[in-house]
Order: sequence, then structure tokens, then C-alpha cells
Amino acid sequence: MVLLAISLNHPAHFFNWGFISISIPNLIMIGIIFVLFFLALLLPFPTHDKPKGK
Amino acid sequence: MSKERNVDLAKWSGPKRPYDLVKEFVIAFLVVGLLVGAISAIFSSPDEPAVTLQQWANQAPADFVATTAGELAGTTISAAYGPPYNNAAEGLKLGPLKIQKWAGVTIPVNPAVDFVATPLKFSKDPSVPAALAQWNGASSDQQLKWATDYSTALGKAGDYTKVTASDAYGPVPTMATGLLALAQSDVLDGLLTTTVTPYPSDFTKPMLFLADGTYFDDLGAKQHLHGDQWGMMNETGSYPGQSWLWLFSLWYQVEPFKSSENADIQIFALLMLLNLGFIFMPKIPFINRLPRLIPFHRLIWRRYYKENNL
Amino acid sequence: MSSMWTTKLRKATVEKFEPQDVLPDDQPSYVASWIYVFGVLTLSSLAIIIITGLVLTTRGAIWWHSSNVGHFVNSMHLWSVELFFVFMVVHLWGKFWMAAWRGRRFATWVTGAFCFLASVATGFTGYLIQWDFDSQWIATQAKDGLNSAGIGSFFNTLNTGQAILLHVSLLPLVLTFIVIWHVILVRRNGVVPPLDAKEIAGGAE
Repeated sequence: MVLLAISLNHPAHFFNWGFISISIPNLIMIGIIFVLFFLALLLPFPTHDKPKGK
Repeated sequence: MSKERNVDLAKWSGPKRPYDLVKEFVIAFLVVGLLVGAISAIFSSPDEPAVTLQQWANQAPADFVATTAGELAGTTISAAYGPPYNNAAEGLKLGPLKIQKWAGVTIPVNPAVDFVATPLKFSKDPSVPAALAQWNGASSDQQLKWATDYSTALGKAGDYTKVTASDAYGPVPTMATGLLALAQSDVLDGLLTTTVTPYPSDFTKPMLFLADGTYFDDLGAKQHLHGDQWGMMNETGSYPGQSWLWLFSLWYQVEPFKSSENADIQIFALLMLLNLGFIFMPKIPFINRLPRLIPFHRLIWRRYYKENNL
Repeated sequence: MSSMWTTKLRKATVEKFEPQDVLPDDQPSYVASWIYVFGVLTLSSLAIIIITGLVLTTRGAIWWHSSNVGHFVNSMHLWSVELFFVFMVVHLWGKFWMAAWRGRRFATWVTGAFCFLASVATGFTGYLIQWDFDSQWIATQAKDGLNSAGIGSFFNTLNTGQAILLHVSLLPLVLTFIVIWHVILVRRNGVVPPLDAKEIAGGAE
């Protein structure tokens, strides 16, 4: 398990903009949230059934 | 918006579709499980070894001795802390509210005694018992003068080995180097954790002492973990940290908090207020109209609106 | 009869639910978007967190430092937390933009907000009990904020024994309780209808 690892045990790089300083790994996680949110809104949701009335 | 709409309140009696919740959960569980397993196999997790007092004493003896003198002089963070450790200060205030003081001293820590004098009883250095006797027999004013003068000399010399011996420092140099030897021989870590029971699970004393020095502080700064480095969000190495703390961390970067002595309690109070805002968001005017003003819902329910010509 | 506590409890709980509402096999036709999947993804991540956490407890607090298997389980515990928060935030954003608090669903929003806050607190105590530099650092830093608010007087971040017990017993219990409450409210009230859905298809009674 440890043998398979891509080592992340080195200092992180940082995105700096004014007083904002975000580590790249954190930025990736936040980016994933945005990507998932917009994909969830845009991708068609599969429904194989015609709507059934009641 | 404030008026509840009938359709929102009523049980939905419009068209329905089969929807297999249990199957959805099982698939989601398997997908997340496999995803987590794969990410874990690829990236593992951080495990930066814990720092010991022995490591500190060996790698930064000058800082160790200076911090020890500071504990005796009452100038370190924990010696001058206040509640819940001691009465050396009142603690932080939120305007007129002295919350920290009111909470009281519940975890008594007297750094000069607990970190230095008491563990020195276990020193093997033959000159230490006499130094301890001299220290314990002196008035608190005399103790303070010795320790303060020695601290000042250390500050000027930069390193305890460069400070010329002088009676003006009393027993303090012997005590400080005695404690250094004790820490270097790996005895001090144990002595500070076993004050309540010899079977320790409480690291308050060794950690307060360690955090009083610049050695530990520098280790954190190197890893970008300081409060003013957005450190609250960061993890050691290149791992993602607690990015969900962004709103907490943010305030430590900006004025007036950045330069406030009471930043911790001010930001804590602000966060409580913001959390209330989060909890009661549906009741906050304008914010609760945002979903209408920025119509993401047209995308989410686009099929429904299309089917019903809305 | 109706004065019996048991009867009252049954009426207040079990009888409030139709089996079809507890485990419905259909949903209103407007429930057709990937955004609806993120609540279940959050629950799934929580399930993985609890399972991996329980595996870690079986071998003790410092097992994972000396065992490859332990380290892997620790990694799963960490990454499932990261994903848990990712999914929870997407779910939260989705519910906000749907104004999902409409129609007596305010309590659902409130319990959801408490889920988030309880998760942050539970996660925090997890960071305190890694028995490594990260724990030491976070404990010494966070103590000042907690002390300033008087919380430090009864919750000492440097007392690792206290932190581990909070993390593996009280806080997960509180979180699980709120999550269950949240899910029950969702099931009882049903999925919020689209904005402006009033005029159509017999939605209103």
C-alpha cells in the first residue's frame, strides 16, 4: 500500500493572490467541488421510463 | 417567498417515476468505496513523525536553553498565558467580556515548577541539587532577577555556550543546562507526561513546553501551517487539508483581526454569528431570494419545465 | 389508552409514516438530475468513514504508524473524509439553489446545517489523534481559540486521551443522530417540488 504510493510527502506549492494563499492540493479539492456541481447540473440524468401519471 | 406555496406543502400528486433508492445507495457505496480505496493506494496519507523534547534539545539546544530560562523568567507563552493554565494574565477579551478569565484555571500549569524545577529532581548532574536548593531558597524577586538577567544575556549572545558565567544569574544557567541534559537523554518527555499517572494519555505539559520554543514554531512555518499562512486549512506535505475551514481561516489574514491581540475570541464570536446565519439562511431576506434571482433551478429541473411548458 | 406513554410515542413516531414514504420505490417526475445523487454519495462516504474508523479502533490508536495495512486503512479514513466534505458541499449548494427549504422543509435545512457543523467538529478531533506532528501542531494552535472562548476549560486539545474518546464515541454518535434525523425529515416531507410548480398536474391539494 505504502509501496504503491505516489509520494505527497514533499512541501506543497501555493497559489498566492493578495492575502489569499491556498495550497495546490486544497485548490484541487475545491476545484473538484465546482466541477462536480456544474456537471451535476449539466449532464443529462438517465431515466429509462416514461413518466407515469397517477 | 415568505408565503408558503400550496404545492410545496402538499404531498406530491403529480406524475411520478420509478426510483430505486436502495439500489442507488448500494451503487453509490460501492463506487465511493472503490474510489477511496484507489485514491488511498495511490496517494497514501501523511504521517510526519511527532516531535519530542529530546529531538528539540539535540537539534536546537540554544533555543531549548533560552526557552527554559524564559519559563523561569515568566516570559514564555505558557508562563504568561492565563486561564485555563494559570493566573499570569487575564486572557483574551471580547469587548467587555472576559470569557477566558471567567472560565477559570481548570488545567493548572506552573511552567517554572512543572517544566523545570520538578523534573530537575531527576537530574544526574551533580551540580544540579545545589542549584535547585539555591533556587528554591530564594525570594521570587531574586528568582525573577536571575532568570531575567540570564534571558537577556542569552538574547544578546545568541547561544548559551557564548554567555560568560556570572554570579548575577544565580543557579539559572546550571538549571537550564541541567534540563537540557535531561531532555537530551530522553528522560524529560516521560517526566512531563507522567505527572498524573505513570500510564500517560495527556500531553498538555510537554506540548506547552515544546510550543514555547521557536524550534517547534519554525517546523510549522516551514509546512505553511501558521495561522497567518492560512495554516488552519493546510496539511503537512502535499496533501489536501481541512479546506472546509476556509471561512474560519480567512479572518486571520485580514484586518482588523490580523493585528488584534484578541483575534482568537473575536473571530470565534464572528464564526458563531456566521454559523447562525448559515443555520437560519432560509429566513434571511435577499439571501433566501437568491435561488430565484440566479436561476440554477431552471437547469436542475429543465426537463420538468420543458414538459410542462413553464 | 391514549394516555399511555407507549401509545403516545407510537402515534408521534411510527404512525407518522406510511411504509411507502419510508422506502418509496418511486419519486416525483421532477426528480431527474444528478444533483439528487449527492445526498446519497455523502451518506455513502459517511458509511465508509465509519467502517474504516471502526477498523482502526480494533487495533488501537497507534497501530497505523507501524503497519502497512493500518496505514492503508488510515488513508481510506482520511480520503473518505475529504470526499465526504466534497459531496456534502455539492449537496448543500444544490439544495440552496433549489430553495429546498420551501414547504415546511426549514427543519430539514437546519438539521443539514448541523450535520455540516458536527462533521467539522468530529473531523477536527480526528486530526488531534493521529499521534504525529500534525496532531501536535493542530492541538497547540487550536487550544488558543478554544481557550479564548472558555471551551478550553473543559476540552483540552493537548489531552489526547480526551480527544480520542470524543472522536470515537460522543461526536460520531451526535453526528449520526443528526444525520438520521435529517434523512427522516427528507423522507417524511418528500423531495421539494420545482420553483413555480404550482399550476400544474394537480400538485396542489
